[in-house]
Amino acid sequence: MKILVCITHVPDTTSKIQFTANNTKFDSTGVQFIIGPYDDYALARAVELRDQTGGTLTAINVGEAETEPTLRKSLAIGADDAIRVNSFPKDSFFVAKQIAHYAKEGGYDLILMGRESIDFNGGMVHGMVGELLGMPSFSPVMKLEVDGKTVKMAREIEGGKEMLEAQLPLIAGCQEPIAEWKIPNMRGIMSARTKPLKVVEPISDETQTEVSSYQLPPAKGSVKLVDKDNVAELVKLLKNEAKVL
Amino acid sequence: MSILVYLEHAEGKVKKTSLEAVSFANALAAQTGEGDVVAVALGTIGSAELVAVGKAGASKVLHADDPRLTDGVIQAHATAVSQAFSSVGAKTLVMAKSSLGDAVAARLSIKLNAGLVSNVVELPNTSGGYVVKRSIYTGKAFAETTISTENKILAVKKNAVDLKTDGGEASVEKLAVTLSESDFASKITNTERATGEILLPEADIVVSGGRGLKGPENWGMIEELAKTLGAATGCSKPVSDLGWRPHHEHVGQTGVKVAPSLYIAVGISGAIQHLAGVNSSKCIVVINKDPEAPFFRAADYGIVGDAFEVVPKLTAALKEEL
Ligand SMILES: Cc1cc2nc3c(=O)[nH]c(=O)nc-3n(C[C@H](O)[C@H](O)[C@H](O)COP(=O)(O)OP(=O)(O)OC[C@H]3O[C@@H](n4cnc5c(N)ncnc54)[C@H](O)[C@@H]3O)c2cc1C
Ligand SMILES: Nc1ncnc2c1ncn2[C@@H]1O[C@H](COP(=O)(O)O)[C@@H](O)[C@H]1O
Repeated sequence: MKILVCITHVPDTTSKIQFTANNTKFDSTGVQFIIGPYDDYALARAVELRDQTGGTLTAINVGEAETEPTLRKSLAIGADDAIRVNSFPKDSFFVAKQIAHYAKEGGYDLILMGRESIDFNGGMVHGMVGELLGMPSFSPVMKLEVDGKTVKMAREIEGGKEMLEAQLPLIAGCQEPIAEWKIPNMRGIMSARTKPLKVVEPISDETQTEVSSYQLPPAKGSVKLVDKDNVAELVKLLKNEAKVL
Repeated sequence: MSILVYLEHAEGKVKKTSLEAVSFANALAAQTGEGDVVAVALGTIGSAELVAVGKAGASKVLHADDPRLTDGVIQAHATAVSQAFSSVGAKTLVMAKSSLGDAVAARLSIKLNAGLVSNVVELPNTSGGYVVKRSIYTGKAFAETTISTENKILAVKKNAVDLKTDGGEASVEKLAVTLSESDFASKITNTERATGEILLPEADIVVSGGRGLKGPENWGMIEELAKTLGAATGCSKPVSDLGWRPHHEHVGQTGVKVAPSLYIAVGISGAIQHLAGVNSSKCIVVINKDPEAPFFRAADYGIVGDAFEVVPKLTAALKEEL
């Protein structure tokens, strides 16, 4: 089986989000970048499936040169090779076009992504790639088993889950508990240095949306503490002041 | 011309988040002069329920009552909605952000060549261009996003507009859709849904418990508090990792993002990854025995105290007041 896993390069979940250039650019000062947590689940499951069924595992990212350490980390965790589409990820549509093109070229049986990127939280790239390639797409997938050509999945829905059955090739946007995050070991890190990382150019410039400016939410006022022996006071505040009851 | 709204339903009822999407579309139509609001419902659902969608501001509901569409088969739903979009000559599709909505919206954006913006938090600015404000970085920031295509899809976050309830009755019309075998290439073999409960992602009040509650056997008081408030229950990630609570209750960066009017956090420290799932709440109440717990910095109201003492007292006080 040939597996493709799509990796984002995103600020660590504890990062303080700030903008520069008159609120038109993300301020990466002091920010540590990681593999998107959901992509990490997709990668972990992809490694397990590759080890189980044989075949190859390719990681792909649409991003500029600065994302390479993140792609190398995917190689250290277990991808066999990597592709970087050399461009700033302009919007979801742009990214989906690139991934669809290189996915088609590679003829993958299974394409795993994260349920959403944690920077723009679109949750859209998998569905877009699915439609572009005429492949079924599923998200958020919390369980995925492959048996020959048949794939059994559990997809999270509001307040529960649904069990699904479909045939390869297909696309899944992954989330926990699909697999446990994998930490690269020393051997992985050493071999990642020499695994192939191919840089390719974007196939089109087309976009559908553009960010004109960013904003931070208004600062939160300080907390109003209520004494633990006067709980009725809290109820009054919620009713009369916050007006949420 | 009309604005089309994709309705979701479960257990015979149109979802409240979908009614919010109808309300959003109604306000948008009034702003842009795009005509009326037409909603599309797929699968088996009673027509009285669809007539009532008028209250939220739809003038018409198109009903494709093919029973194969009652389950949310992603590809089939995308095909059906794209046909509804063409049949009403819409340029704008509005839907609630949800597990099914996201998956369907993404496919539709390609089918309809429509710029898609998800996590929309307020009505777009249409004076001049078409600028949509959306939540990004898991609620830590917003982006003003311009859509450049003629067709547009907006996936609306909870509480982006107030729910409209004073509209009239919607007319219900059958919609014939052409579906192919490949639309049903995947099969939903089973659905497990918490029935009769208030669903966490849609709840107006949420009561969540963290590791401070020590074990699953102590959730009785959380459930009692939630029941008193008509709230859904949630939890922190370690709590679902430990199997104390089901996975779909886990709130945060890697779990459900909630946007209730009131979020009550009990015995949760307030790690940044948890806060990422609750920062769209209107009002946050924190109960924690540690006055230094970071959650207090994100809270509107707080009680420093032992949950085992405070929660039963709070439930009792609420029962008295409500
Ligand atoms: C990539 C990543 C993603 C993550 N995603 C999520 C996520 O989506 N959601 C999430 O929740 N976490 C997430 N986490 C984990 C997060 O960092 C925290 O570890 C977690 O939220 C802590 O859960 P907790 O507050 O329940 O437990 P703890 O941190 O153990 O806190 C327990 C709290 O209970 C209080 N307490 C103890 N006893 C009592 C008592 N008797 N009465 C009252 N209070 C009491 C304590 O003072 C303490 O503040 C993520 C972590 C990572 C690295
Ligand atoms: N720039 C990118 N490069 C590679 N994969 C991406 C990129 N952006 C998004 N993806 C994939 O698509 C998933 C959903 O992203 P999104 O639609 O942005 O929430 C992510 O979890 C990734 O797997």
